[in-house]
Amino acid sequence: MEKKKIKLPHGIPGYNLSEIEREIPVTEPPAWPVNEELKVVGKRIKRTDALAMVTGTAQYTADVQLPGMLYGRMLRADFPHAKIKSIDTSAAENYPGVFAVHVFDNMIEGANPKDSQQRNYPEVKYAGQAILGVAATSNVIAEEALQLVKVEYEFKDFVADIDDALKENAPVVYATDVDQEGSDGGEEIEQGLKSKGNVRGPSEGSFYGGPRGDPEKGFAEADVIVEGTYRTQVQTHCPMETHGVVVDFDHGDVTVYASTQSTKGVRNDFAEHFNLPKSKVRVICDFMGGGFGAKHGLGNFGVMAGHLSKKSGRPVSLMLDRKEEHVSAGNRPNSIQHMKIGALRDGTLTAMKLVSYGTAGVGLGAGVGHIAQAMYECPNFKSQQYDVFTNAGPGAAFRAPGNVQGAFALEQIVDELSVVLDMDPLKLRDVIDKSTIRKVERIRGAEKFGWKNPKEAGSSNGPVKKGVGLAQAHWPRFVNLDSTVEIRVMRDGAIEVRSAVQDIGTGTKTILAQVVAEELGLKTEDITVMIGDTIFPIGPSSGGSIVTGAITPPARNAAYDVKLKLLDIAAGRLETETENIITENGFFMIKDNPDKKLHYKEVLSRMRTEQLTVTASRSDDYGGFMLGTIGYGELGSVQFVEVSVDTETGFIKVDRVVAAHSCGRPLNIAQIESQVNGGIIQGIAYALYENRIIDKDTGHQVNANLDQYKMPFSFEIPEIGIEMVEDYGARSSTDATGIGEPANIATAAAVANAVYNAIGVRIYELPITPAKVLEALNKVKKNDDE
Amino acid sequence: MKQKEKKTTPPQKGTFSRRGFLKGAGLTAAGTVIASSGVMTLKGQQFPPDKTLGPDVVNIRMKVNGKARQLSIEPRTTLADALRIELQLTGTKIGCDRGSCSACTVWLDGVPTLSCMTLAVEVDEREVTTIEGLATKGKLHALQEAFIEHDASQCGFCTSGMIMSAANLLKENSDPDMEDVKDATRGNFCRCGTHPNVFSATLDAAKKM
Repeated sequence: MEKKKIKLPHGIPGYNLSEIEREIPVTEPPAWPVNEELKVVGKRIKRTDALAMVTGTAQYTADVQLPGMLYGRMLRADFPHAKIKSIDTSAAENYPGVFAVHVFDNMIEGANPKDSQQRNYPEVKYAGQAILGVAATSNVIAEEALQLVKVEYEFKDFVADIDDALKENAPVVYATDVDQEGSDGGEEIEQGLKSKGNVRGPSEGSFYGGPRGDPEKGFAEADVIVEGTYRTQVQTHCPMETHGVVVDFDHGDVTVYASTQSTKGVRNDFAEHFNLPKSKVRVICDFMGGGFGAKHGLGNFGVMAGHLSKKSGRPVSLMLDRKEEHVSAGNRPNSIQHMKIGALRDGTLTAMKLVSYGTAGVGLGAGVGHIAQAMYECPNFKSQQYDVFTNAGPGAAFRAPGNVQGAFALEQIVDELSVVLDMDPLKLRDVIDKSTIRKVERIRGAEKFGWKNPKEAGSSNGPVKKGVGLAQAHWPRFVNLDSTVEIRVMRDGAIEVRSAVQDIGTGTKTILAQVVAEELGLKTEDITVMIGDTIFPIGPSSGGSIVTGAITPPARNAAYDVKLKLLDIAAGRLETETENIITENGFFMIKDNPDKKLHYKEVLSRMRTEQLTVTASRSDDYGGFMLGTIGYGELGSVQFVEVSVDTETGFIKVDRVVAAHSCGRPLNIAQIESQVNGGIIQGIAYALYENRIIDKDTGHQVNANLDQYKMPFSFEIPEIGIEMVEDYGARSSTDATGIGEPANIATAAAVANAVYNAIGVRIYELPITPAKVLEALNKVKKNDDE
Repeated sequence: MKQKEKKTTPPQKGTFSRRGFLKGAGLTAAGTVIASSGVMTLKGQQFPPDKTLGPDVVNIRMKVNGKARQLSIEPRTTLADALRIELQLTGTKIGCDRGSCSACTVWLDGVPTLSCMTLAVEVDEREVTTIEGLATKGKLHALQEAFIEHDASQCGFCTSGMIMSAANLLKENSDPDMEDVKDATRGNFCRCGTHPNVFSATLDAAKKM
């Protein structure tokens, strides 16, 4: 394709902003200046769908009601590991109000055993695993029918605890090697690894490559060595709207309403399971009540709803209840991370070694990410990451998969190193961190927080001790080229933006409206955004902080194409050349004679046809990708935390957090701040409260609800200050990226570092409960049964 | 820490335990016996005593968002399901279905109430306000305006409950401070972490009312 050279903003305003020349296709629009000079992009813009949310008219999957619709419920195994000897559904099938019963013929979740026999029923591998489903005229009737099903089990030994699963002679979850494809959520699963007992691996690389240098030589060169074992818990996603679908099998054409992070993912899975062409499956997700990584595919509940709808000939709604959500719909795997780091007196890192074990239950994906490998340029590095199988529900991608666990170890060990070296932990990062964006974030964040070299750990007076801590994060900039936008403009003035991409609460609808409005000189209110439907052009999954960077450039490019066509019309009417016309505040006007202008609706009314349609797809990154579809650069963040720890009760209160973040060109400051707030609050929840507890003796989760599974509510919310750093990379026509993942990677480590600074004892295990604080202070004895 | 006196009405959970109630009703659903005792009295409303309801549907009447409604429901139907399924008022959300998340908060005779923990039959001849009824005469409630202004919804699934809790505070306290707002929304779970904007929106709406 023909190329042109253009200059684009590059760098960080107020620090090193300059311009860079890039050679890009001629079809790309001209460069946008920095946000300060734009009208709609980079501002605080109200969500285009906020009115629907505050008036209760927003329709979620759980709200979909179709004529003749049935309600599906699933029977779940009471035992964590058992052979199913027989299933008798006859009484359920004859129960009044029941229209269909379906028994799964294989295990559609977790890892896939190489031996296909292992995948087939009759065997369940965790307590709460779905076996069969019923569709009836109401949820309660379906539940009553399930109670009439007779299942005969033959119990097998099971193991639901990671430490037990690692023991020799532990009951084995999978008798053969297994594999599993990663979702679009960003978890990394290395294919083809061997298992021994319940342990699979090690995985030694990531998309950043394998080990580097010689760690043993690096440790020999080190002046100081710090090592420790860090443990994180299993965290469940707990979206407010549980997983669920409504499936309407209508004469071969299927409509699936799904609470999903990926309309295309659900469509592809459905088409595959039911052997249908993709064109026969339409997936709709208008509003969805949160996913956080766990809602990428159809799920076995979606397969069940499909079968029940097909058998009954009626639409079937199947929404998980809260207990099913905890037990079966995904989780962030736990981790046991043995980490060792060597450094010179001045802080320079010489070697880093990480050995980790984690369990995603019957699934894979318990690695702790690439953060230790990628954040600091330590010349000698090696990691070995193992998956451990347990008889528990499968893990799923969860907001910055692996990296949240990994940061808890990495950012604490760096903090420990700063203590050993008697250095300000902020200064130590200046020595070891080569990232420019994080350098600026440290400067601006520290100023906003009022960071000073922290006082000696545990030195504040009185029983309630104050402490401060910081931690950093890294997330790569992914792009998905399956990102297409269609813009339709109509003679009556309507401008529609269409894509299959979904809005999971991050504000995708609004940023699409902003980008198109900016390009056309309009307001977001002038733009109608219709997304979350696979009849529109393909859009990316909402995972890995991909969406903003993937879908906004084609939206702008399509709008630019529309603008060129409209400029021609306006030029004709205003009797001037196209290049003399600018668009501003809803008008097409002559640049040097702004009195000569046309309202945009008048321009649209002069179109030769009733409707003009333009589509554009994501172009390659300006300057090319780094590898695959991973762009250059990174999304850095630095978070500062202040806590109060009551050394008499062990209670920790997070008083305030300052978070310095980047996401390329920020598009909507209000929405970005909302997501950062959410990342921090989830990070605090992970640090202090959340913990999926499975009873070792029965294999059942004992806190599968929202009261015993501890969560932060209003009184646990700290004061949060956000410092957004604009970071232009000249990588696309919008140069924007997402913020979802980076927002919650650093928080737990920053809280842990602040707790250490407050009480002078480091706590190596999450969540940091009052019991653990008192135990660390030797005020109570450790409870081994915990 | 100084303990502030609670200024707001805590959400009500209905008069009898719905969990035990459903369990007691059992699989055969031979009939739901509403015991005749004082526990049935809520805000002076006397439930018909000594009456066995179910398993057949019963007819009840309630005023919902100012309109009289008549429903034929199974006695075990929760208020949340009656609103959502029978009356198609799906703005009221079910997050946990056991009174832990407050997404289902509505006003029952003006009092914030967890509709997933309340049986619809308890609401016979009473008045319910849902999120759909908060705007009056086509004009948004000041809190709804403030939620839009302050970006107080992310995924939006907790929003209805948050608004019903916080709007009740504004009804009872024209000059709330941060502690009051946190207290009023203390039962409302939000996984997106939108609380800071809920707080600022509520404080801002109070000023504008």
